[in-house]
Amino acid sequence: MFYRQTGNFSASYAQDARIFPLALDRVALLVLLAFAVLVVPNVASHWMLMAILVPWLVLSLAAMGQNIITGYTGQLSIGSAGFMAVGAFACFNFMLRIDGMPFLVAVVLSGLTAALVGVAFGLPSLRIRGLYLAVATLAAQFFIVWMLENVGWFTNNDPAGVMTAQPMVILGFHFDTPAEKYLLVLAIVGVLALAAKNMARSNIGRSWMAVRDMDVAAEVVGFRLMRTKLLAFAISSFYCGVAGALFAFAYLGTVEPSAFSILLSFQILFMVIIGGLATILGSFLGAAFILLLPIFLANFFHFVTGGVFDQALLSAFEVMLFGAFIIFFLIVEPHGLARLWQVAKERLRLWPFPH
Amino acid sequence: MTPLHMFAEVVIGGLMTGLMYSLVALGFVLIYKASTAFNFAQGAMVFFAALTLVGFTELGVPFWFALVLTVGVMILLGVATERFVMRPLVGQHEITLFMATIGLAFVIEGLAQLLWGVEVRRMDLGIPDVPIEWFLTNTGLLITQFDFFAATVAAVLVATLAIVFSRTKVGRGLRAVADDHAAALAVGLPLQRIWMMVWAVAGIIALVAGMLWASRAGVQFALVFLALKALPVLIIGGFTSVPGVIVAGLLVGVAERMFEVYVGSPILGGGTEAWFPFIFAILFLLVRPEGLFGEKIIRRV
Amino acid sequence: MAKRRIGDVILKVENISLAFGGVKALTDVSFDVRECEIRAIIGPNGAGKSSMLNVINGVYHPQQGRITLRGEVRRRMDTHRAAEQGIARTFQNIALFKGMSVLDNVMTGRNLQMRSNFLLQVLWWGPAQREDMEQRHKAEEVIEFLGIQHVRKTPVARLPYGLQKRVELARALAAEPQILLLDEPMAGMSVEEKQDMCRFILGVNEQFGTTIVLIEHDMGVVMDISDRVVVLDYGRKIGDGTPDAVRNDQAVIDAYLGVAH
Repeated sequence: MFYRQTGNFSASYAQDARIFPLALDRVALLVLLAFAVLVVPNVASHWMLMAILVPWLVLSLAAMGQNIITGYTGQLSIGSAGFMAVGAFACFNFMLRIDGMPFLVAVVLSGLTAALVGVAFGLPSLRIRGLYLAVATLAAQFFIVWMLENVGWFTNNDPAGVMTAQPMVILGFHFDTPAEKYLLVLAIVGVLALAAKNMARSNIGRSWMAVRDMDVAAEVVGFRLMRTKLLAFAISSFYCGVAGALFAFAYLGTVEPSAFSILLSFQILFMVIIGGLATILGSFLGAAFILLLPIFLANFFHFVTGGVFDQALLSAFEVMLFGAFIIFFLIVEPHGLARLWQVAKERLRLWPFPH
Repeated sequence: MTPLHMFAEVVIGGLMTGLMYSLVALGFVLIYKASTAFNFAQGAMVFFAALTLVGFTELGVPFWFALVLTVGVMILLGVATERFVMRPLVGQHEITLFMATIGLAFVIEGLAQLLWGVEVRRMDLGIPDVPIEWFLTNTGLLITQFDFFAATVAAVLVATLAIVFSRTKVGRGLRAVADDHAAALAVGLPLQRIWMMVWAVAGIIALVAGMLWASRAGVQFALVFLALKALPVLIIGGFTSVPGVIVAGLLVGVAERMFEVYVGSPILGGGTEAWFPFIFAILFLLVRPEGLFGEKIIRRV
Repeated sequence: MAKRRIGDVILKVENISLAFGGVKALTDVSFDVRECEIRAIIGPNGAGKSSMLNVINGVYHPQQGRITLRGEVRRRMDTHRAAEQGIARTFQNIALFKGMSVLDNVMTGRNLQMRSNFLLQVLWWGPAQREDMEQRHKAEEVIEFLGIQHVRKTPVARLPYGLQKRVELARALAAEPQILLLDEPMAGMSVEEKQDMCRFILGVNEQFGTTIVLIEHDMGVVMDISDRVVVLDYGRKIGDGTPDAVRNDQAVIDAYLGVAH
């Protein structure tokens, strides 16, 4: 009875278009943010921050990128890890070769580089529809990783092919403790999430969804197919590029091509399917799901078998479970965890009444 | 060895690889023709089939019996897939079906390793990988007995499928189903039975491909990525054309090999097979969007 | 009823021929449309009526013929150009964006009126936000005109057929078109729904002076509301004139209308 929508009237269109129309939602978000910024860095353990929270945030960002191209625009892309790799290596090279390059500028530039690469590979989709684009993005994935492994310039001709990421410095402040890294990533991801939400609810978002739902009608209504798709590619790749840079710099600490394999691309795709296509919340939920499931499974098996189990078998089981979840969500709840969340909230709105 | 000899061997090597691609792509075409679903799990099925066969023989089951058992398992797998994955998703967006088959691929891979373990195995079909004397002495070319065997098997399979599709009642039914589900139902075609059959046959094709490929490369996880290579083949050949896919597979195999031998290894550092087929397919598409033999898509609004 | 003044020829198609592979959809069809009039296209199924609209709109490109829009002659129309030039349309099989709500669908109709740039939209700030609100206002006017306020936030896929057709009309109207192409707007509707739709169409024509080209099977509707009629049969034009003239034309009667017994 506290969480209700009745009596909650919008007096203007601006009010109606708010991201969180319910007052209680806004309060909850502020509390959550305050918690995330003030409490978490001080109480969370090193492991919690570096193994859970930071990768979760970074992968959510990549999932947002994937969501933009697949969820909103309906174009299947299986190359997000490749674009992440572009971002990571671009960031490394910008920092390496340009003296005094500020970290944030490098991140933005790497995003833009990834966007350019994304557009280059996305151009074929303009003439061909549907599954053909998946092939173009696969091409991107394999080609990019091969390039980064074989063309020495990218790795500064390091024989091992694995470079240490430079420290992240903004305005003289070094971000090297886990808590500091976490806050930096939180800030960047937060800003980009807000930007994505704004895009989704504005004309850009509508143009994407129109192309997804029926591209002929979208053209008839006046949307330019080519521009809309290219913009979606560019922004999606930008997000993946920034995520890649953060993945390397804030999480792994190293910059290597093998971290950005086709398996990661599939994982990111799974994140948006399970989390909920065409939702920003879904990107976060899906990333959490994919990240936490292996940990949960490992603990579960440990508990059940008393610590005696074959790691390889566990991996195989994990793989099976992921696949099963994908199929399950596609059949039962194609709108993913985000929709389940929404349904829960709606029930809460009626509580304690049944309907 | 003269450059001409080397060239011929590169081409032959490429043709052999290409044949494998065609075989796997054939499974895709079959399913796509019948249900316009793109079965990403075909590669996983190849892996699963090979692993199951080897697994059975390791348990002591005699080869031929193991083969029969594996065929049975693949049919079962196909039927289960149709029943539990494809049927609930009937009528959905093409992309949804594709993503479901990605999930399916993961399930099958995980299941294969769960059942039979993760070590790399050898597949021994009893046909030695020994050069055929006649070829060697008369033309100086290295073609092994196994190459010949594989080519024959593939050719027979392809021919059989082609005939079934165009001449028999079943084949006609399949094509009707591919064109329009509702219409096919309206004329009384048993949709579900046809789909189950299609998936079962795809499973058998996967088994054949798995046997042939694994004999060369061993039964290992990398087999799964075969599916990905089949994608460029499908794109170039057109998703719905059996002859197209054969030609495209051979084309891709040869092109990939030639690029790697003449450009990739000497100049670029090797390993270009990882991406060449894909880039090749994209470039091809820019010139001819519907592939070699695919149907031009006319959209009625 | 305010009498609107029918103006000069605003759209003309000449010798349009369209074929798909071996199937000839249209053969040598010519007719014109005057500003502010309601022009109906009638004919049996498969006569090429929808194809004709698709040619005008740029969805199909004819192999032969010309399209003249406000004096500008073209060999073929480009969909985007058509939209920019003020042509909007509805489709026989409802081409709504199924993943969006009613309001969002109608708002897509406003997209050509939106000018604000990308960066500002991302920030949802200042001019971008104001413009979105302005367009919302305009969209709401159309929604009110068609009486679909109560479902504005509903995903269109959940609406009944009749309401979906209204939403599609709303999306077309939201673009403030000069020429409205309607493809069987009343198909599958009950008598009351048809009357409502007629009222809307007439209202749009009278209030905004919109030229309307309308494909319709219901002869009562056609005779009632249209100013002139084109009759197509097997891709050819077999009649062209006022409703009365066409009704009494022998060729039309033979091919399509039949005679009252």
